[in-house]
Amino acid sequence: MARGGRAGADLTRLSAMRADIASIFDAAGAARVELETLQPADVMLDLYGEDIRARAYLVQDPVAGEQFLRPDFTVPVARLHMEQGLSPARYYYDGLVWRRQEPDVDRPTEYLQAGIELIGGADPAAEEAEVFNLIRSALGDLVDRVITGDLGVIFAAIDALSVSEVRKGALRRHVWRPKRFHALIERFANPIEPNPSQTALLSQSSVERRKVIADAGKFVGLRGEGEILERLDILDADAAEPPLSASDRAMIEAVLAVSGPSNEALAELRRICPRSMAPALGRMERRLDALAAKGIEASDLSFDATFGRSLEYYDGFVFEFRAADPALPPLGGGGRYDKLTAKLGGGAGSTAVGGVVRPEAMNAAETGA
Amino acid sequence: MIKLGLPSKGRLQQQCVDWFAERGLEIERAEGGREYSGRVKGADGVELVLLSASEIPRELAAGRIDVGITGEDVVREKIPVWDQKVRLAAKLGFGRADLIVAVPSVWVDVDTLHDFDAAAAAFRKRHGMRMRIATKYHNLSRAFFRDAGVADYQLVDSQGATEATPLNLAAEAIIDITSTGETLNANHLKILSDGLILKSEANLCVSKTSTASVTDIEAFLALVS
Repeated sequence: MARGGRAGADLTRLSAMRADIASIFDAAGAARVELETLQPADVMLDLYGEDIRARAYLVQDPVAGEQFLRPDFTVPVARLHMEQGLSPARYYYDGLVWRRQEPDVDRPTEYLQAGIELIGGADPAAEEAEVFNLIRSALGDLVDRVITGDLGVIFAAIDALSVSEVRKGALRRHVWRPKRFHALIERFANPIEPNPSQTALLSQSSVERRKVIADAGKFVGLRGEGEILERLDILDADAAEPPLSASDRAMIEAVLAVSGPSNEALAELRRICPRSMAPALGRMERRLDALAAKGIEASDLSFDATFGRSLEYYDGFVFEFRAADPALPPLGGGGRYDKLTAKLGGGAGSTAVGGVVRPEAMNAAETGA
Repeated sequence: MIKLGLPSKGRLQQQCVDWFAERGLEIERAEGGREYSGRVKGADGVELVLLSASEIPRELAAGRIDVGITGEDVVREKIPVWDQKVRLAAKLGFGRADLIVAVPSVWVDVDTLHDFDAAAAAFRKRHGMRMRIATKYHNLSRAFFRDAGVADYQLVDSQGATEATPLNLAAEAIIDITSTGETLNANHLKILSDGLILKSEANLCVSKTSTASVTDIEAFLALVS
């Protein structure tokens, strides 16, 4: 977008492009929705954590409190669906999102997104292939490269480790923070000595522990004695747990290193993954079959196991389309986010997969602007 | 002519005055001491501007003062991309304060950020909200926790008496500056063993955006070095 707004021939092209994209989503049977611009801050903060404050614009309402200008459509659509949704449902939308950028980075803080979300479907592989294909069709010949990943494979690899549920939980929680994730793997493989005061506590009875806690000071804040005792029990169990085995560590690191054409990636995963990961690999295979049925060959689809780990709420298949010009932002992308619907809805949640395109990036790719 | 910004009152102002005096410069406030201006005896072409200490980083970043004295903590907290706007020319040896993460002393199970992160995850499950950390250093706190990979926390704004927020049940932990740790102890808090975010002290800072002559600024820096 030129500084100041959209106008002239640029706006004409952009409008035609948006109409074309809408007709593609419309033909797929999706219902058009318009979403609220202001999203409740507490919902967004609970989903994304404090970092969202550095990436989205916060506005103040004297009554409603803090609100974010929507930084994407996925959460607003999922909220709308939970409020009034049918199931299964498919929605499409087209509008502005706002993102704060690092002060020294020249990226747009306001841009258009047009996308589609399929919620509550019964055939995940087919729906993933359908969304991928719709986004690909909307982008047409502007696409130079596509990259895919599957966070479901990473979660399955965590499940397959011979470690306690506590350690698995810690790894699952930090899948989206690769540096911390690898620090945890290292810590589980080569446990570090706790400090002497913690070590002393580990050998004590709960009566003794209560006394140590009482001697340590006054309770301030809302974290109570029960929570401290509970964590000491967890530390006990953790100290007694054997280190992560070399073979487990090698397995998860090998899974995360898989990269290449999807057919080769799947073959490699089948070779290195334990049998318990068969369901996750089966889902990947069914998706590749569904994509092949739409004329997209697995050998043309690059896969990178670590792709999608910065994309917060995605928990399964993820994809991104890029233009030839590396200076342009991604033209489009999307993925599966089943767990997000559970977090928003409070219940078991629904299957959910969606994708977006960025009309302005498409326009720039087309015109070289 | 260059503009020198100093705190308009308090202990920090006195320390600045003493620091210049040791270098043969006398900070002289305008007649009566009411007006927030004055001059620097012993240095030609230096205009004195007295400001609220918290405004000095902003004025440096905007180039409205050329040289100023303020803490490294506020420079880093308040100025986006600070290193493009301000140069830290000299550490002055006073105004020392550590920006730290502190938790209740009674948390005998929490010694490191790793412990804190695990406690925060359990806290969220039990209380249905993210662990609250009171601070006025929002940017430094967020960057530190992002780098450490701590999740499930929330920052609660606190512009003063931050150490008391856990006692008032308004927060579980704090991120604040401390010099001796006495206030932390008195408020039943302890510092995490890897919870040091920044060792700060007063710095002589030079604006990178001001239009003053580089020669004048360098001459002044040479005079006080």
